[in-house]
Amino acid sequence: MSKYLVNLKINNMPIAVEEGTTILEAARKLNFRIPTLCNHPDLTVAGNCRVCVVEVKGARLLAAACATPVSEGMEVNTNSEKVRVSRKHIVELLLSEHNADCTKCFKNGHCELQDLSSEYRIGDHVFMDLVSPETKIQDISSPSIVKDDSKCIRCQRCVRTCAELQGVSALAVVKKGDHQKISTFLDKPMHEVVCTNCGQCINRCPTGALTERNYIEEVWNAIYDPSKFVIVQTAPATRIALGEDLGIPVGQRVTGKMVTALKKLGFNKVLDTDFTADLTIMEEGTELLTRLKKALVDKDETVVLPMMTSCSPGWIKFQEHMYPELLGNLSTCKSPQQMFGAVAKTYYADKINIKAQDMTVVSIMPCVAKKFECERPEMRDSGYQDVDYVLTTRELAMMIKQAGIDFNKLDDEHYDSILGESTGAAVIFGATGGVMEAALRTAYEIVTGREVPFTNLNIKPVRGMDGIKEASIKIKNVKPEWAFLEGVDLNVAIAHGLANARLLMEKVKSGEASYHFIEIMGCPGGCLGGGGQPIPTSPEIRKKRAEAIYSEDEEMVIRKSHENPEVTEIYKHFLGEPLGHKSHDLLHTHYKPRKRY
Amino acid sequence: MENNLKKVDIIFEVDEKVSPISVLDKTLKRSPDEIILDLIDSGLKGRGGAGFPTGLKWKFARNEDGDTKYVICNADEGEPGTFKDREILDKVPEKIFVGIAICGYVVGAKEGYIYLRGEYNFLLKTLQKKLDIFNNELKQRNFDFNVYLKSGSGAYVCGEESALFESMEGKRGEPRNKPPYPTVAGYNSKPTVINNVETLVYTTMICHIGPEKFKALGTTDSRGSKVFSVSGDTPIPGIYELELGMPLHEFVNEFGDGDAKAIQVGGASGHCVPRKKFNDTIIGFEGIPTGGSMMIFNSTRSMYNVLHDYLEFFTEESCGQCTPCRVGCQQLLKGIEAVKRGERPPAYLEDLKKLTGTMKIAAKCGLGQSVGNPFNSIIDNFREEIIY
Repeated sequence: MSKYLVNLKINNMPIAVEEGTTILEAARKLNFRIPTLCNHPDLTVAGNCRVCVVEVKGARLLAAACATPVSEGMEVNTNSEKVRVSRKHIVELLLSEHNADCTKCFKNGHCELQDLSSEYRIGDHVFMDLVSPETKIQDISSPSIVKDDSKCIRCQRCVRTCAELQGVSALAVVKKGDHQKISTFLDKPMHEVVCTNCGQCINRCPTGALTERNYIEEVWNAIYDPSKFVIVQTAPATRIALGEDLGIPVGQRVTGKMVTALKKLGFNKVLDTDFTADLTIMEEGTELLTRLKKALVDKDETVVLPMMTSCSPGWIKFQEHMYPELLGNLSTCKSPQQMFGAVAKTYYADKINIKAQDMTVVSIMPCVAKKFECERPEMRDSGYQDVDYVLTTRELAMMIKQAGIDFNKLDDEHYDSILGESTGAAVIFGATGGVMEAALRTAYEIVTGREVPFTNLNIKPVRGMDGIKEASIKIKNVKPEWAFLEGVDLNVAIAHGLANARLLMEKVKSGEASYHFIEIMGCPGGCLGGGGQPIPTSPEIRKKRAEAIYSEDEEMVIRKSHENPEVTEIYKHFLGEPLGHKSHDLLHTHYKPRKRY
Repeated sequence: MENNLKKVDIIFEVDEKVSPISVLDKTLKRSPDEIILDLIDSGLKGRGGAGFPTGLKWKFARNEDGDTKYVICNADEGEPGTFKDREILDKVPEKIFVGIAICGYVVGAKEGYIYLRGEYNFLLKTLQKKLDIFNNELKQRNFDFNVYLKSGSGAYVCGEESALFESMEGKRGEPRNKPPYPTVAGYNSKPTVINNVETLVYTTMICHIGPEKFKALGTTDSRGSKVFSVSGDTPIPGIYELELGMPLHEFVNEFGDGDAKAIQVGGASGHCVPRKKFNDTIIGFEGIPTGGSMMIFNSTRSMYNVLHDYLEFFTEESCGQCTPCRVGCQQLLKGIEAVKRGERPPAYLEDLKKLTGTMKIAAKCGLGQSVGNPFNSIIDNFREEIIY
């Protein structure tokens, strides 16, 4: 249905836009920048910060450009005297309730309020300082997220993120007037509430009120400690986004440069989480086939289907809180990060002749939930904490800057071996649908002996940014040992963002859907949109990152997990077989039901 | 001294021969468009304070498509110094019910609600009893309409119509962005008429006595009469229905204690009129409008304390979502305290007045927009009391 065109003028420039367009969107089309704070491309309109106010001819009030639809004949002025005075007042007011300790703030240089303050040359603080000492106490109870109310400007982006994108609502607006703030259930510390540590709130906080718990100093200390052998693993989605924080355009892959930079930072070995992503596929694929066999052949009623992926620690904690009755559906596989840690401090330590207690394992992740995950008591199967520190993509960029490395000019280097070999299947773990696609590439081939029936191995139906994707693959002409799967339609579903995961879980619970396998990623877009990725984020940015991931996959020589030679090697010399005894000890885990409050 | 102040008895008048329900019966025989024309002709404007023409509001809602529409009676009477709706709810609730039902008939709604201020919960039981009888009367007439009661939870901002809808929907009471306006998307995002208690009674009475008698009262811009809540330094506090358009000095002569130095017209969010302006101030939409509150202050009162109280009230009752209101109120309060203590120069009051200019045009709802009314009128007229 085509919409009516509405004619209006902005700063005397005529424009015709579709009915329903906001003044803000229309102004952008004319390249008039109107500042915003509470507005975010991923969220519903709030219209509460008021910095986007504009003057509409004939109106008594200024209009919030983000929340006001255009109307026929409207004449808008985005920079009249009234607008300027009001906007400056509003920025001054926000600063008066903001702990403007900018030089000491983790977001210094990356703060939207700071930018606005600088733009409007707010030099001398006209108004009274409203920041009370008690709000300056940060909540550092969570290993992933630091909440600092004294930096909060009540734009509620975090609240909308937690409710709309994640369906969690760990953060909410409480009280009113001068006591209004963003808080948790009964004002409890962040580690005691339903927060999944996904960090999507961090990605959308315009100030330093929500940041990751950073471990930069700890990692530097380990690097400088001569008694420590420090190895680093990099998650699939870091290599396609790190550049954004280092002056490189969105969507450009920087895998080789990242490896070089990590070596320059002083890590003893630079290894790849992609290796354990491939290992995950071997374990998880086998687990799926085993569950199917038990269900279809042995008629074992204790087998739980659909099986659900377990790579995303935000998703895991969500499930533990919200659907503890479905924990049996989760694959018992650890996430690739934790498989890596367990293998590094056993198999790898042995190979390179380093004692596990002398080894420090650092992860570079697009994720802040991984910081929580590495501290879980279940994640100590090597006898030590398997992964010692998790840094976000953003923290790595900071370290590279601190070290004075000119990232743009770096040559490409290769990951060290072993534990550095990767496949295209592992790389696509970083995008929603990627684990599913990687698993199908391997499982289909195990069962039929043939490659998946999709051009160039690209399983397009499981790709893309739809919140929930469903696909069905007919399994035909199977190998004799998989005869029970002959003619079976393998039904799969994929969701990303926890609000979508919730929708899917409700379908599973009600029995409305009969899937065999479900992939869930806690963050919108999958890991490429993770809570530890460069800020800002938007649907367009995530789309470009996804394109980068799939092009990296296409360029890989090996594109199937089971063909990773290092994976073959580790089964031959250490693990034995997928789901074997050693795998069980090191690569699998269990989950913990948690309460909602 | 001559006094032309005209007391009126439309709202509370009880005519044994004409029951409110009989007014409904009579009105339902007329067409909705006729009723709207009468209301427009009467010149009735909303009595909650904002003064939107009631007939037009009903017309807009009537013209909206949609099977589900609502009529809501705003009984969240929270403006400091206003207590007339409580009296109306207590004394003549049937007249309100009838107003709601007539509106339902006119706009095509099947449900009406009374959103009762949380602090008025003591009225809940008796209101519900009377409402049950009324709903039963409607049922007997095969008139498909029901009126329900909803209780507020004590937030001043929920008197703002869109915050009231949010509250009724079980959400945090925060005003919405406008447009859309209530007649397009109100409660449950459906076309909604929301009227003040007193307004609805006037619609009943206009249907009863006709627009001519109503508009014979008042002035061109302010037709009819209005119920006032008179408080403060007066020997005769209470509720009075008076003709609109009266000069303030006549009001003071009637109600003051002989020593009035200022009248706060329209409650905390209204305007303060000093003695020197009593003679040339008209109470009505052409002068100073009011939702009913008239607070009289005599010479023993500190206007600093009055303003300080108001600002404390707004600082606490701002919903907190929009910057100009949440932070602006705090700055005004802290600002006059700082000036009083000598920590800021008197000229800082000018900075604060400019700030109220921003609040007036940039705040999201009427709460933040109107804080400048008491602030500027008290600062301008009692500057020395604020500073020293």
